[in-house]
Amino acid sequence: MRRAYFKNNWIAALMVTPQLIVVFTFFYFPASQAMYWAFTLEQPWGGGNTWVGLDNFRAILSDDLYWSSVWLSIVFALGSTALAVGMALILAIFVDRQLAGYKAYKIGMIWPYAIAAPAVGLAFRFIFSPGAGIMMFVNQVFPDLWNPVENGTQAMAMVILAGAWKQVAYNFIFFLAGLQSIPRSLIEAGAMDGARTLRRMRDIQLPLLAPTFFFVLVINITDSFTDSFGIIDTMTAGGPSRATNLMVYKIFNDGFQGLDYSGAAAQSIILMGLVIALTFVQFRYIERKVHYT
Amino acid sequence: MTKTYPALAALAVACFATTASADKIKFDYWYGLTGDLGVVLAQTCDRFNASQDKYEAVCTGYDGYENVVQSAIAAFRAGKAPALLQSFDAGTADLMMSGQFYAVTQMMKDYNIEIDWSDYFPAIGNYYASSKGELFSMPFNSSTAVMYYNTDDLTAAGVAIPTTWDEFGAALQALKAKNAAKCAYGYEPQVWIDLEQYSAINNIPLATNNNGYDGLDTQLVYNTTSAVKHMEDIKSWLDAGLAEMKVSAGGMNSQEAFSQNLCSFFFGSIASHSSLNLKHAEGLNWDVAMIPTEKGMERHNSVVGGASLWVLAGKTEEEYRGVAEYLKFIATPEEIKFFVSNTGYIAVTKSAFDALTGEGFYSAAPFKGREVAIASLTATEPGPLGRGFRLGSMIQLRAEWLSEVQAALAGDKPVQEAYDTAVERGNALLAKFAKTYAGKTLP
Repeated sequence: MRRAYFKNNWIAALMVTPQLIVVFTFFYFPASQAMYWAFTLEQPWGGGNTWVGLDNFRAILSDDLYWSSVWLSIVFALGSTALAVGMALILAIFVDRQLAGYKAYKIGMIWPYAIAAPAVGLAFRFIFSPGAGIMMFVNQVFPDLWNPVENGTQAMAMVILAGAWKQVAYNFIFFLAGLQSIPRSLIEAGAMDGARTLRRMRDIQLPLLAPTFFFVLVINITDSFTDSFGIIDTMTAGGPSRATNLMVYKIFNDGFQGLDYSGAAAQSIILMGLVIALTFVQFRYIERKVHYT
Repeated sequence: MTKTYPALAALAVACFATTASADKIKFDYWYGLTGDLGVVLAQTCDRFNASQDKYEAVCTGYDGYENVVQSAIAAFRAGKAPALLQSFDAGTADLMMSGQFYAVTQMMKDYNIEIDWSDYFPAIGNYYASSKGELFSMPFNSSTAVMYYNTDDLTAAGVAIPTTWDEFGAALQALKAKNAAKCAYGYEPQVWIDLEQYSAINNIPLATNNNGYDGLDTQLVYNTTSAVKHMEDIKSWLDAGLAEMKVSAGGMNSQEAFSQNLCSFFFGSIASHSSLNLKHAEGLNWDVAMIPTEKGMERHNSVVGGASLWVLAGKTEEEYRGVAEYLKFIATPEEIKFFVSNTGYIAVTKSAFDALTGEGFYSAAPFKGREVAIASLTATEPGPLGRGFRLGSMIQLRAEWLSEVQAALAGDKPVQEAYDTAVERGNALLAKFAKTYAGKTLP
């Protein structure tokens, strides 16, 4: 493989500096600050803080409800990722097979990603409202079947659906691009050898799509830990009785609303650690099975 | 940070005013009121600026109290805080502990501005005063909770306005007997009403140390009072179908259900009085009354809600003079009248209230009924338990209450167990708050 080099390192440094400044200002600096706060009790209006060592972490990790929040975040991440990746893959395969009207469909599919999470939340809040939205009709046929306002499991299912719906579009673009970069000749050769559509999908398209699949998986899981905030905030506010109180929402609640900066900072560090660990696991174990062409 | 349209409008006005008279001394004022209320607040700024040739208030609206307090803290830490901040009840403890403010009573004294502090209703003044009674922030948009009821439904069912919770329960039965299809009571868990107002009105403690006023080593005690029984009553009404859950997550909150003539009762802030007037179903006849008391208990004053204006530390003397002029301006009877008649908030001073009553302000629609809030706030002189709640981490304490109540109402656990858990978790938060300010005492 050929690589391009800069002959003059100064120019190279100059080129990357703006990007580095942005990364340091908006990522490393706040992260280091959060790291410091996590080990102290910080007074919101300034005026000093007390070093408390691991007290904040101890308090959080010995709290059953915090662990339930971690568990809920994992359920949300896996649930919405599985749904979003699965749906996107099916839709991309349809488009790739150029079924009737696929061009309009292709453009329509991209739109949901452009919608902000709170807007998605509001729309789905209406759709899933037991008393006013579309689900009201279901409730009229089967009374009391659907009530995410009181039923935590249903509330979780509802936010997973909304989260997945938003993510489908993003995944779709990558899958479609992946599918279209598979050489036609391979598929045609398969067809001439007598392989039917499903067989070609299983043996040619999906294996060749593995790198895309892996990329999408990592992005989706990472994203669902952090980007779920807007949906939770508009749809359930973490309720009913903490059933959708994901880690990121709890951080917002404690830190931004409750002014418990230290507790929220410690939770952020844990969340960061969890996302890093999950990404590591994915690269370590799943990426091995991926063959890049 | 999202700014509301009124804020933008205010900014636009401010910019315009700047070009017109660049030599005015400016000070920043950040507020959290949104929607129609935010518009009215922006108008008070315009009125002040129009009345002034020396000072100019640059008013900026944020999306809610939490946001404005959060933004002010961030700005304060960066040395760019506003001179004047509208902060809500839950932000009081942190601000008081920080000491990063200029007590309004002291400021007015320093700048020789006469304000009769005893003219403020004690229930309002005490909420923002130190444990020794010194007023730290300027009472501004104040409200309290009241009971809204559908007059026609109550008449049809032959029910008198309930004054005790027993009567309220009986009223629900009667309403259901008359019209089983209609929701008698649209319920929404509101800690401010179900727990805080309930405790104050019945004069029972919510926390030790006189609800936190006397020290930081406070413990919650509401799991040992009749507040538990009250929540059990609510649950039994919900279970029996006498009350129905009406929350935003379900598509409609209790106020909307009431205004659309779907439910006969709802409990809310008196500030909703004006929005209900503006927006309600055709033919809905409604009125307000004081929140019932527990049977056999003597009625005490309810506690104030809303927000007050804090002068933050670290500003120049010129800015403080401007702020003092602004606070003097909004304390005038004309401005109180302007604000009160354009929002649902109550008059904060006795003289303004008397003047309005004298003009017949409260005897005709659309303002009739709002005097109930004053009657509720002044039912008694605030005793040690009636001043309010001086609790740290108040937002989280309220969130713990809500989560546990939701669990109890969904039938996951008994009310007593839910309250025990909420209190236990709340006490841990209070202990952490005390530790954050170790070595300091509540002023």
